[in-house]
Amino acid sequence: MGKSLSHNEFNVLLGALAKDYNIYAPARFEKQGRFSDTDIIRYRQVSQVEEIVWQAKSTYSPKEVVMPVTQTLFYFTQTEYREPETDTRPCLVFLRACDINGFASLDKIYLENGGTEDIYYKRLREKVKFILIECHTSFDNCFCVSMGANTTDNYSMAVRFGEENIQLELKDEQLAGYLDNIGQGNDFKPQFIQENKIKVNVPSVAEMPDWIYNDQMWKQYDHRCIACGRCNTTCVTCSCYTALDVLYDDNCQVGERRRVWASCHIDGFTDMAGGHGFRKENGARMRFKVFHKIYDFNKRFGKHMCVGCGRCDDNCPEYISYSNCINILNDRLKEGEKASV
Amino acid sequence: MTLDLDRKKVVKNNWRVTKVRGKSALRIRIPGGHMSAKHFDLIRQIAENYGNGTVHITTRQGFELPEIPYEKIPEVNRMLYPLLQDLELAIGVQIDKPENGYPAAGTRNVAACIGNRVCPFANFDTTVLAKKIEKEIYPNDLHVKIAVTGCPNDCIKARMHDYGVIGVAEPVYDYERCIGCQACVKNCKKKVTGALAMHNGKVVRDERLCIGCGECVLQCPTSAWTRNPEKYFNLTIMGRTGKKNPRIGELFVQWATADVVVAIIKNTYKYAEKYIDKTLVKEHIGYIVDRTGYQVFRDAVLDGIELNPKARVAKHIQWGGHFYASDIFMTDQSAK
Repeated sequence: MGKSLSHNEFNVLLGALAKDYNIYAPARFEKQGRFSDTDIIRYRQVSQVEEIVWQAKSTYSPKEVVMPVTQTLFYFTQTEYREPETDTRPCLVFLRACDINGFASLDKIYLENGGTEDIYYKRLREKVKFILIECHTSFDNCFCVSMGANTTDNYSMAVRFGEENIQLELKDEQLAGYLDNIGQGNDFKPQFIQENKIKVNVPSVAEMPDWIYNDQMWKQYDHRCIACGRCNTTCVTCSCYTALDVLYDDNCQVGERRRVWASCHIDGFTDMAGGHGFRKENGARMRFKVFHKIYDFNKRFGKHMCVGCGRCDDNCPEYISYSNCINILNDRLKEGEKASV
Repeated sequence: MTLDLDRKKVVKNNWRVTKVRGKSALRIRIPGGHMSAKHFDLIRQIAENYGNGTVHITTRQGFELPEIPYEKIPEVNRMLYPLLQDLELAIGVQIDKPENGYPAAGTRNVAACIGNRVCPFANFDTTVLAKKIEKEIYPNDLHVKIAVTGCPNDCIKARMHDYGVIGVAEPVYDYERCIGCQACVKNCKKKVTGALAMHNGKVVRDERLCIGCGECVLQCPTSAWTRNPEKYFNLTIMGRTGKKNPRIGELFVQWATADVVVAIIKNTYKYAEKYIDKTLVKEHIGYIVDRTGYQVFRDAVLDGIELNPKARVAKHIQWGGHFYASDIFMTDQSAK
C-alpha cells in the first residue's frame, strides 16, 4: 500500500507512532563536528520530520541503535550480579538500503557466529523495525551497487522524502492502523540506486594466495594510516568490542562489566598476555580489515560484510580510500605473484 | 614648486614619511587579514601608475606601496574608495570623508590568522571577530596593536601584541561515546599540557591544565569530545617588540565571550586618554600600563562590563620580558 503525505501529516503519523515506538533517525548535531563550526549527522530519537536529515549521508551509522558504544552487561557485588534495566519499547529506525544490509552483517556476527546468540545484542535488535529512506542520488564515496547492497525488501515501511510531500510504502500490517485516516492513497514503491560513481571490483577468489598477505601493496598504509579507527567507528558493519570490569572508586567490591567498541586499526586490538601483538604495522591492520570485509567473512557466512556505504572513505582524515584499496587488491591478484616487487 | 607638507597630517592619513625625499608610501589596512581577491587590481594599478611598481606585504597584514609622490596623495586617496567601502565602511567603521583616504593610523590594523575558514585547528572565524573589533576601535590615534588567533598555537603571534585574542574551545565529553582509544590522552600529553588521563577505560580532564586548544576534539574517532558551541577567548595583554622591555603578553582574562573581549578593548581607549603621557609624540599603550600598574589598568578597562560567568580575571600579573637596562651590570674589563 502506498500513500502521499504532507509534512504536517507525516508529523501526525510520527506522533501516533511515538506513542508505541521509539523512533530513531539521522539528525544534525550542530557544531559537534571534528572542526569548529561544522556539524555531524548521527542517530538519535526524533519526533518531527524536520529533525530527520534525509538530504545527506549520516556521519555515523545506525548500528548505534543496537550496538551502544558503551554497554553495561551487568553490575556485580561480592556475591551477586544483576543486569541493568533496558527500555522494552519497540523501535523504528529510518535508514538507507546499504545500512539495512549492514544490519544483516551485524546479525550474522552477533546471532549466528559460532552457533551462539549474543543476548545483549538480540534484546535490542529484536525490537527494531526498519523504515527505508529512499536514496535520491548516490552520495560521495558510495559503492553500494558494487557490493549488491543497493536494494532491499527488508523493511516495514519505505519513505521518499521530498520538499513538498512524502511518499511512503507500507509493508508491515502492524503499522497499517497508524495510517488509516491520513494522506492520499497511491501505489508508491521505492526506487533504488542503480549506479554509483565509485565502482569496486571485489576479487572473486576461493582462497587468497599466501603471497598477497605480504605483498608490497599493504606497505603504503604503514605510513599513510594513523590508526585513528574512524573507518571502524563510522562503519555500519564493524562489530568488534572489548569487555572490561570497572571497579567503582569508592568501593572496589562493587562494579560493573561493560563492553565498549573496539577497532582493529587502533593500538592494542591484538595485544595479548605477555605483551605480544600481531599486526603492529598499520598496513597489516588495513589488510586484516579489507580481508574481513570482502573475503573471510564471506567464506564463513556466504555474504560480504561490507555494504559499500563509503563512510570509511568519507571520514578518513588521511584520505585513505578503502574502496580503492579493494581495487588495488583485485589488480594485484590478477597480475599475480610474479609482478610482486 | 617646493613641497610644503604637514607631516603629522600625512602620517595620520596612513601615508608614511619615507627615506626617499619627495616620495611617500601608502599603507592599506586589511582588517582580519582576509579580503576579496578583486582588490588586487586596484592595488596593482596604484603601485604601477603612482608608485615604483612594487608592493610590500606588511607584518600587520596590510600592503605598503612605496615611492608614491606626496603630491599624488589626494588623487590616490580618491582611488582608494572601493577598498575603504568594502573593508571598512561595509563592516560599520565610521569614516566621515572616505574620499580623503584613511582617517587615522595610530590604532593599527587588526591582524588575524586564517582561522576556521581554512585551518582545522582554529576554534572560530578570526576575520569576523577582527572586523568586529576594527568597527569598535577604528579610526583612532592611540597606538594599539591587536591580533586575533584561532587557537593557542597562536600562529598570528597574538602574544606579541598589546591585546592578543586567542580562540579557545571548552571540550565537552560524552562518557558513553568514548571508546577509550587514548588518542586524545596521548596527544594531549605529547603536544599540549597533559590535561587528560585514563581512568577505568574512560578519560578524565583536569580543568586547571586544559588550555582549550580543541586538540582532543580533533583526535576523537567517535565524537565523544565536542566543542561547547559557546565561543570563548583568552585575552592576553601588553606583549610587545620594540626597544624598551620587549616581552610576551600575559593572560588577563580567560574564557571570556567575544562581547566581553570587545568591550574591554573599547574601554582601553578611555583608560589611555586619562593616563597617557602627552609629552611624547605617541605613547604606546603598554608603557602606559607599566606606569599606572596592572591593577589600575584592570579596574579601568573592566569598568561597567558584566563578565560572563565562566570568565576568570588575573589578580596579579608577573611581567617578564627582556630588560636591556640589565646591561648596566656588565662592566668592561678595563674598568675596576
